[in-house]
Amino acid sequence: MSAPGKVGFSKAVYTRPRSLVDVKSHFCPGCHHGTIHKIVAECIDRYDLREKTIGVACVGCSVFLYDYIDVDVVESPHGRAPAVATGVKRAQPDKFVFTYQGDGDLAAIGTSEVIHAANRGENLSVIFVNNTTYGMTGGQMAPTTMLGQKTSTTPYGRDFRSDGYPIRMAELLSGLEGTAYSARVAVSTPAQIRKAKESVRKAFEMQISGMGFSIVEFLSTCPTNWGMKPLDAQKRVLGEMSEYFPLGVFKERKQADVA
Amino acid sequence: MEDSVTATGRIEIDFERCKACELCVPACPTECIGMGTSINRQGYASAVFERPDDCTGCAICAETCPDACILVWR
Amino acid sequence: MSALAASPSKRILTKGNEAICLGAVAAGCRHYYGYPITPQNDIPEYMAAHLPALGGTFLQAESEVATINIILGTSASGKRVMTSSSGPGISLMQEGLSYMAGSELPAVIVNISRSGPGLGGIAPSQGDYFQAVKGGGHGGYRLIVLAPHSVQEMYTLTMLAFDLADKYRTPAMILGDAVVGQMKEPFVASPYDPASTVEKPWALTGCVGRERRNLKSLHLKDNAIEVHNWKLHEKYERIRKDETRAESYMLDGATIAIVAFGTAARVSKTAIQWARKEGIAAGMLRPITLFPFPEREVFELARTVDVLLVIEMNTGQMVEDVRQCTSLHDRIAFLGKPCVMPTPEEILERIRLLAGRKG
Repeated sequence: MSAPGKVGFSKAVYTRPRSLVDVKSHFCPGCHHGTIHKIVAECIDRYDLREKTIGVACVGCSVFLYDYIDVDVVESPHGRAPAVATGVKRAQPDKFVFTYQGDGDLAAIGTSEVIHAANRGENLSVIFVNNTTYGMTGGQMAPTTMLGQKTSTTPYGRDFRSDGYPIRMAELLSGLEGTAYSARVAVSTPAQIRKAKESVRKAFEMQISGMGFSIVEFLSTCPTNWGMKPLDAQKRVLGEMSEYFPLGVFKERKQADVA
Repeated sequence: MEDSVTATGRIEIDFERCKACELCVPACPTECIGMGTSINRQGYASAVFERPDDCTGCAICAETCPDACILVWR
Repeated sequence: MSALAASPSKRILTKGNEAICLGAVAAGCRHYYGYPITPQNDIPEYMAAHLPALGGTFLQAESEVATINIILGTSASGKRVMTSSSGPGISLMQEGLSYMAGSELPAVIVNISRSGPGLGGIAPSQGDYFQAVKGGGHGGYRLIVLAPHSVQEMYTLTMLAFDLADKYRTPAMILGDAVVGQMKEPFVASPYDPASTVEKPWALTGCVGRERRNLKSLHLKDNAIEVHNWKLHEKYERIRKDETRAESYMLDGATIAIVAFGTAARVSKTAIQWARKEGIAAGMLRPITLFPFPEREVFELARTVDVLLVIEMNTGQMVEDVRQCTSLHDRIAFLGKPCVMPTPEEILERIRLLAGRKG
C-alpha cells in the first residue's frame, strides 16, 4: 500500500470519524449497524459533542455501542433506554444524550418507554434501527417484521391473523405533542446515506437547541438473519420495506413550546 | 501503486478489516472497486481498488462501507 | 412547621412516609422518580411539592418499570436518587434492580409494603421479606435492606441507606409497611453527617480530558462474568461483616426472646413490657438490617434463651433465616400474622404459653 500523503493525492477527503473507535466491529458483513454507527459518530464530531455526550446502549446487536462510539455510555435493560436516557438528561441537562435501539428493543418491549419519553418531550435523541427482526438472538419475529416474512418464530411467514401487522413507529411517535422531530430514513444507496445524515443532524440540532424529543428511524438490513447477501438485502429495503415503511419527515417542530 | 494520468483521487481499502460485504462495488460510480481473491485474517476475500485510473475521489465508497475500511484522497 | 425549617433538636409530629422524604433531602438527594401506588403516595406527593424548590427533579413515570430505569440513568450520572413503591411496583422494578446491582449503581429504593400476593390489599404486611433480602431479581446479587420500626427510623435509616448505597455502590432498600408509613409520631430531624459521603469517579459525566467510561452489566469476554460475580460476592461479604445492625431490647436475663422486625417488633415491645410486669423474662432481638442479617446475634441468643419466638406479619419467611443461624431448631417458635398487625395481647398470650403459664 502506498503511504497516504504521497505526492498528487495528499488531501484526505474521507477519514474515520473521530468519535468512531478505530477497532474492527463484530457486526455481520454488510450489516447497516456499521453504517449507522458511522453516521452517528460523524454527527457527534460535526457539533463537537464527543466530550459532553452520554449514550444509552440497549440490548441487541447494538449493545456494543460503548466499544465503537468514543463517548461515555450506560447500558440499559432491554427496551428501557428512553427511560435511562431520561434519568441521565434530567440529572445532567447540559449533556448531549442519545439512545441507539433496535426494533425489538424499541417497538416491542420498549414501546411504553419510548412513547412516554416522547410524550414528555424529553430533550434527547433516539436512533432507531429497524431491520424487521431480532438480530442478536437469531432472527425471530419483531414488531416490524413484514407480513409474509419468514422468521425463526414465523416459519410460515408472518400472518396478520395470528401475528398482527408491522408497526410504523416514526409515524406513531410523530402524533405525540412532545415529539419535536420524527423521520424515517434508509442507508441502502449513497443518496439515502446523505439524506440520513441530514436527518440525524437535524435531530441533534433539535436537542442542542432544546426543542425536545427527536427520533430517526433507519430501515436497515440484517443479511445474516434474512438469509441474504448484503446487496440483495439492500434491494429488499429499497423494495417492499420502503413501500410499507415510507421514508420522510413525519414531524418537525418549528420552535419549542415555551411556557 | 503508481499515480495514474486520469485519476483525480485515490482510495485505500483496509485489507484486514474488510468483511467482503461487496456494498462498495456497485456504489462506485466509475466501477473502480472489485472483489479480490486473497483472503484476510478474518477469512474474507477483501475488496480491491482495481481500476485506480478511473477514481475521482468522490468518497461514495467510503460513505457506503459499513466498517469504515476505506480512506480517500484527492 | 415543616421539619425542613425546624431546628435540629425540635420534635415534630410527622408521618412515616414524609420522614423518609426528609431523610432523603437531608442526605442530599435531589432526584426522585415514582409512580402512584397505595400506601406510599405521600412520598411522591411530598417530593413533587418540595424537590423543585430545592433545585431538584421530580418525575412521575409511566410505570415502575420506567421508574427504576430513570433511576438507573440518574444514578449513572453520579447523583443521589430515590424511588418508592409498594410490593407490586417493587416486583416491576426487579429487572432494573438486577441491572443496577450488576452495574454497581447506588440508589435508595423504598418499599412501603402492602398485602400480597397479587393485588392483595392495602393492609400492612411483611410478605415482601424474601423478595427484599434474597436478591429479588435474576442473578446472584443482594440488596442492602433496612427495616424501620418508627418514624424516627424512617428518617435516620433513609440517610443511612444513601450512605451505604454509595459506599458499596449498590442499591439499598428501606423495607417499611403501611403502618410505619401511614402513622404519625413525633421525631427529631437530626442533621445529616456528610462525613461519610464518597466521591464517584465512576460516574458518567462526559469524557472531558479522560478516556470514555461505561457502566454495564454485560460481561461476555472469557470468564469476566464469573470474576464479576465473585467481586460482587466479596462486596456482600464485606457488607455482612461491617454493616449488620440489630437492636437488643430488654434481653438481660431473658429466657424468651422475640425475633421480629419493623411493625411486628414495635408491637412486641409493648407485649414484652407487660410480660416483664408479670415476671416473665421476655426480650427481643430486632434486626434493623435484614440484609445483612444478624446471624451471629441470633446464633448466640439461641444458646442463652429457652425459646426464640419469631413474629412476622406473614406466614413465615424470616423464620427460615433464623433457623439457618442455629441448630437448636427445637427452641424456635413462630407466630405468623399475614397481612394484619399482631396485637400486644396476642403476643403476650403466646409468651405466657411459652413460659409454661396458663392464659
